[in-house]
Formats: sequence, structure tokens, C-alpha cells
Amino acid sequence: MNALAAFGAGLLFGLGLLLSGMADPGKVIGFLDLAGRWDPSLAFVMAGAICVGAAVFAFGKRRARSFLGAAMHIPTRRDIDVRLVAGSIVFGIGWGIGGFCPGPALVSFGSGQDKAAVFVAAMLGGMLLYGAAERLMRKPQHSPRSGAR
Amino acid sequence: MTLDWEHFTPLSSFAGGVLIGAAAAMLLLLNGRIAGISGIVGGLLAPRRADIAWRLAFVGGLLAAPALWLLAAPPLMPRIDAGFGTLAVAGLLVGAGTGYGSGCTSGHGVCGLSRLSPRSMVATAAFMLAGFATVFLLRHFVPGAA
Repeated sequence: MNALAAFGAGLLFGLGLLLSGMADPGKVIGFLDLAGRWDPSLAFVMAGAICVGAAVFAFGKRRARSFLGAAMHIPTRRDIDVRLVAGSIVFGIGWGIGGFCPGPALVSFGSGQDKAAVFVAAMLGGMLLYGAAERLMRKPQHSPRSGAR
Repeated sequence: MTLDWEHFTPLSSFAGGVLIGAAAAMLLLLNGRIAGISGIVGGLLAPRRADIAWRLAFVGGLLAAPALWLLAAPPLMPRIDAGFGTLAVAGLLVGAGTGYGSGCTSGHGVCGLSRLSPRSMVATAAFMLAGFATVFLLRHFVPGAA
């Protein structure tokens, strides 16, 4: 039941990405190109998503369990650290270069585009690289697994 | 600043955003999870047993979305200007950066801003500014790169 719900959510998320234009790297770069001929469309994607999201998170935050009885995994960290900022900057550079962020890349891979396949493979490589670096850095100390995503 | 009216799609972009928000709502209220794509995929690369099924199912839904789209709507024609090598570099940066920064456009941008998380506000500002700066440099400074 939980997996079915997650599949439905992924499907809906993917349709939203397709309809919104987020899965079109040309459109993403058109949005990021403030100095060129600017396409502000993607600001409307954020607005639409946050309209729904804000209402739902305000409600969901107060629940102890999900409607299917799962524990609520809502991040609680509030500290701003170098990793957060540096990682996000590196992500933003990659986003600006290719016009793909993770969700749209997976959706485009799903529609059979070979360029998206290359991007997704490299993205998984980058994630593995991060994971490996993380384990290497943590080794000297005793390592509690942080699930703080 | 000049606007690109030719590609401007406020209505479909807003509607797509509403669907994205609804999907994030669904995952939160039914599965108790944040719809952060990089986090969901990252969790599959270092899997813990009880935690795999919903992640695989969500990614499966993302991958299946284009097929469902084609049942009801005409095929989309995305513009992918970058070549394979460029996309490989971009993918590597996106993978490592979202891992290190604990999130991407969906986890920090949509879900994080929705729940007014200070971490996500900072992260979103950082990746947006980096994106703006990168495109500015590539399109308007590097000869031939655009």
C-alpha cells in the first residue's frame, strides 16, 4: 500500500514536471538567463507548488503518523552550515550548465532521451562519489549514521 | 530586461506546479516522506532494507510519467543544447552538490520553502544564485559556449 502510494506520487510529480516545462532544459536555462531574453515561467511553477505545499505542510507537520500509518519523516535541523551552502552552489552550477535538476532528469530519462540517460548516470556517479568521500572523512571518528537529508 | 514572450507559459507552468505540490502532499500525507528527489535517489544508493520499496516505487512513478503523458497529450519537444560531455560534467556536479547540500529543487525548493525551513531558504537562494551566475557566464562571457 505504501509503495503504491509512492508510485502514484511519483507519477503525479512527473506529470507536473512535464506540464510545467521543468523537464525542458532549454526552458530552465531560459529562466536562469536573466541577462538574455528572460522566460519567467518557472517562477510560476514554484508559486503553484508552494501554494499547495504550504497548506499541506502546515497541516501535515502536526500529525504524528501518515494516513497510511507511516512515521512522519520531517527534517528538524535548523543550522546553516558550510556543507549546505557549498553543496547547493555546486548543484546550482551543474543545474545552470545542463538545465537539468534531478527530478526532470529522471523524467526525461523515462521518456527515452539518450542525453538525459548520460546526465542521470553522471548524477548517480556524483552521488556515489559524495557518499564515498563522506565515509572516508568520517572514518577517523566513530561514525554515527546521519539520516539528515 | 527583455521578456521571452514566445516561450512564456504562465498557465501551464502554474498548473504543473500545482501538480508537483499535490504529489509532494500525497507523499507526505500517505508515506510521511518529503518529496526530495535527490534524497530519495541518494537513499537508494546506500540502501537500508525497510526503506527501499517506497523509494523505488516513487522513482518508478517518475520514470513512467512520460508514458502516461503520451496517452493524453502530444509529445513534448524539449530543447537540450548541451552535448554529452557537458551533460556528464553537469550531472556529476548535480549529484555531488545535492548530496553535499542535502537536497535539490524539490526537497529544498518546493518542500523546504513550503514548510518555511531556514536551511532550505538558504539552500534555495544559493543554488538559484549559482544557476543565474553560471548561465550568465556561459551565455554572455564564454565565446562559443552558448
